[in-house]
Amino acid sequence: MCLAIPGKVIEINAAVSPIMGKVSFGGIKKEVCLELVPEVKIGSYVIVHVGFAISMMDEEEAQETLKLINQMNDLENE
Amino acid sequence: MKYIDEYRDATSAEKLINQIRSVVTHPWTIMEICGGQTHTIVKSGIDDLLPSDLTLVHGPGCPVCVTPLELIDKAVAIASRPDIIFTSFGDMLRVPGSEKDLLTVKAAGGDVRIVYSPLDALKLAQKNPEKKIVFFAVGFETTAPANAMSVWQAKQLGLKNFSILCSHVLVPPAMEAILSSPLNHVQGFLAAGHVCTVMGYEEYITLASKYHIPIVVTGFEPVDILQGILMTVKQLEEGHAEVENQYTRAVRREGNRSAQELMRKVFETTDRSWRGIGIIPKSGYRLRDEFAEFDAENVFDIAAIHTQESPLCIAGQVMQGFKKPHDCSAFGIQCTPEHPLGAPMVSSEGACAAYFHYGKMNYRK
Ligand code: SF4
Repeated sequence: MCLAIPGKVIEINAAVSPIMGKVSFGGIKKEVCLELVPEVKIGSYVIVHVGFAISMMDEEEAQETLKLINQMNDLENE
Repeated sequence: MKYIDEYRDATSAEKLINQIRSVVTHPWTIMEICGGQTHTIVKSGIDDLLPSDLTLVHGPGCPVCVTPLELIDKAVAIASRPDIIFTSFGDMLRVPGSEKDLLTVKAAGGDVRIVYSPLDALKLAQKNPEKKIVFFAVGFETTAPANAMSVWQAKQLGLKNFSILCSHVLVPPAMEAILSSPLNHVQGFLAAGHVCTVMGYEEYITLASKYHIPIVVTGFEPVDILQGILMTVKQLEEGHAEVENQYTRAVRREGNRSAQELMRKVFETTDRSWRGIGIIPKSGYRLRDEFAEFDAENVFDIAAIHTQESPLCIAGQVMQGFKKPHDCSAFGIQCTPEHPLGAPMVSSEGACAAYFHYGKMNYRK
């Protein structure tokens, strides 16, 4: 039930309260409440749980994690 | 899908497993808190790939599993009334109560509906003014902001026919309960990543130092979990007991402040009873007095309920990491997903269901 998945924000409706929007999960679009991620922009990736964006994805951090794992490998091969 | 596929990559997983193998020199027991992580671990076979010195035990992070029996019975009693539309996340419908589950109520003509979001329950309340809409608000900190928002909105809209049956639970007090038990043998924690997206991880710092235990905030994909295990094992081997964050792409130290603020407005902490475990002090949320009109336990007068748990079920011990599902004599025999005796056999996050679905039957001694 704590299942939460990342998706891309493709629409924001800030005129309503709470703020709503559309998020695409690999092409499947869902209506999502964006009220709790005030810094959200079109194109942002958010983590969605039971119809609510609960966190913004940080692209730099994501890259950093993967880089770390890749380097780990290189060290082993040396 | 972006942010998912990269973290299911087999090459990365293999590297991490090799690293873990090269680091481990002692036997260690690590608990993953969240049932979602348990399912990734069992489904992807991570537990079989790890060095035999490393034992993973499965934590209490399955909201469906820990919702007290008494509350399931209350849900059944409310849902059975004719003036009600009872709404819930799908997982709760098959959780066994003392006599029946919500699905049985539905089959007998009760208006029980599965919703994806608490906001869907709110919409039902607006559309059906002649009915009373009750939402079964279970969940950990991950779900609390959404459920808080539904009540907050109901108040703004002046809805008189919406209430929640609230059974919110909190992770850190449960971790502390496990650590302070004389039976405890957990030496490191993978903290639940999505709980931490909301709450951050500052509250784990005291826990880590008080019990001298490493706590690593960890994501949900196989690569995340393996990296979380590696970080935990490194700390254990080096004698450290710190809070680290593996899930940096989603979790900030301070968490989601907007969500926390909303939760604070709507909820206050309270002692909660955890199914199979018992009462844990200050381990849950209840609605604040200003929102009492939205509390289903106030709205509906429910007669005292005599609860009856299956005598065979050892779910409480499984969820505290003392036992594994296959240590239960009923596992896969009297208790199956079709005929569950306990909640962990029902939920998509329950350890018993994970072991059953991914063929761990033969683990039984
Ligand atoms: S297998 Fe069934 S009866 Fe045994 S602990 Fe799990 S849920 Fe309870």
